[in-house]
Amino acid sequence: MFIPCDRGGGSAAPDFKGFTLLMPAVSVGNVGQLAIDLVISTLDMTKVGYFYTDCLVPMVGNNPYATAEENSVELSINAEVYSLPSKKLVVLQIRSPFIKNKYRPFCETLLSWVKSSKCARVVLLSSSHAYQRDDEQLLGTPLRYLLTPDLEKAVGGCMKELNWKEMEKVAAYPGINNTDKVLHIPGGGITKLLFTESCSEGIQMAVLLKFCSEGDNIPDAFVLVNYLNEWLQLIKSEVSTSNNSTDPSSQWKIPSSWRLLFGNGLPPALF
Amino acid sequence: MATFFGEVVVAPSRAGLDEEEEAREETPEDREIRREIEKKRYRQCGRLRIEVLWSCAEESLVCSRFIVAIGRNAAAFLSSFILDSVCWEVIGVVKLWNEWCRTSSTTNVLPTDSFCLFYRLIADPTVLLCQCSCYVAEDQQFQWLEKIFGSMQKKGLQVTILSTCPVADYKTQESTLTLVSPFLKALKTKEFQEQVCCPLLEQPNIVRDLPAA
Repeated sequence: MFIPCDRGGGSAAPDFKGFTLLMPAVSVGNVGQLAIDLVISTLDMTKVGYFYTDCLVPMVGNNPYATAEENSVELSINAEVYSLPSKKLVVLQIRSPFIKNKYRPFCETLLSWVKSSKCARVVLLSSSHAYQRDDEQLLGTPLRYLLTPDLEKAVGGCMKELNWKEMEKVAAYPGINNTDKVLHIPGGGITKLLFTESCSEGIQMAVLLKFCSEGDNIPDAFVLVNYLNEWLQLIKSEVSTSNNSTDPSSQWKIPSSWRLLFGNGLPPALF
Repeated sequence: MATFFGEVVVAPSRAGLDEEEEAREETPEDREIRREIEKKRYRQCGRLRIEVLWSCAEESLVCSRFIVAIGRNAAAFLSSFILDSVCWEVIGVVKLWNEWCRTSSTTNVLPTDSFCLFYRLIADPTVLLCQCSCYVAEDQQFQWLEKIFGSMQKKGLQVTILSTCPVADYKTQESTLTLVSPFLKALKTKEFQEQVCCPLLEQPNIVRDLPAA
């Protein structure tokens, strides 16, 4: 599944042993994917390979993180892997939806790659339909987290210190029986499947998600990536000297591919 | 999501359908239709119904240049300007079925048919050309590629893909109304060292479907 980039000189495949794998779920508002774009763009991560898979709709374009003419002509496809060894971080970006009936094989192949490449843990960025929140979820923070039992042992305490809220379980049969509770992540794409499979396979996985709706999801992406940063400290949140407050949003670099998200310029004849 | 009239509807998501919800809402009629479609698309062994029929032995398919025209416009371009019965011979055809189109094993096609044919340059049999005017569904694209590239013996292979996209899909700062069209854009791999005859496709534009695959 994973094909390393040929960086010349016959270099060996990259080693991800002990790394944290950060990846998005293709979910409502594409918030996870937008947040991953911010991480890759800000940390100027190097592409180290891609996934050769028939599970995602094909797409191709030029480098979405281009900053100048010289680096704008590298081809980019639907599932690519970037790495930053100094932070022991490997990032998978998924750029297209799943082909019908292919999301399960993708999850299986992905988790077996996680095990074979010996990643220490997986952090999955996702989102869930805001309109499906219950009365309690409508109040307070729209951010939630989930930890597999293996990761709970390692970092559960850290989440409590950060005062984070765990994703609530909902009644399996609402109105009939309120005691059987299940995990329900509407609009979360493969989030629930990946999480439940990781629980049963002993993989250390954290899910960070935000309740949101379709629309301009750029602010949601910033909120989610700042949430991630509270824990992983990927960038330093500098205190602004002018108003003495911490605004970490300004330290994230928006990639050039986010231009024209909502269409082209208007014809002057319209006015 | 509540609409103007007060009824609650499931909001469609850009992120793609939630598979769980899809399965729950299927009626018995839907299930029957889906089963029939799957029967036609898949062979009994469960593989996608794509067949590539070559008129020559596959061992002789050594390829140094492969030109693929995807879509009716690109296929028509090849028919009008490149192909003729003197210099090119038909060597293969793809037979496939999906809900949008079906192709047959005949090589005698009309421009309005859906077809996928392979030609070879008689003067240089390592130059192959594919005219694909049929729609290859997203779950057939990978199989199509593996079958075709799997049949070839590649010898310093250079692939050129020709396709078209609507101008309205082109993302640019100005309005597409004032753009002079048609216009050419290209994408190339870093291994392609020759001069490209037109500007490269700028971000945030992308290519999808079979040309991307």
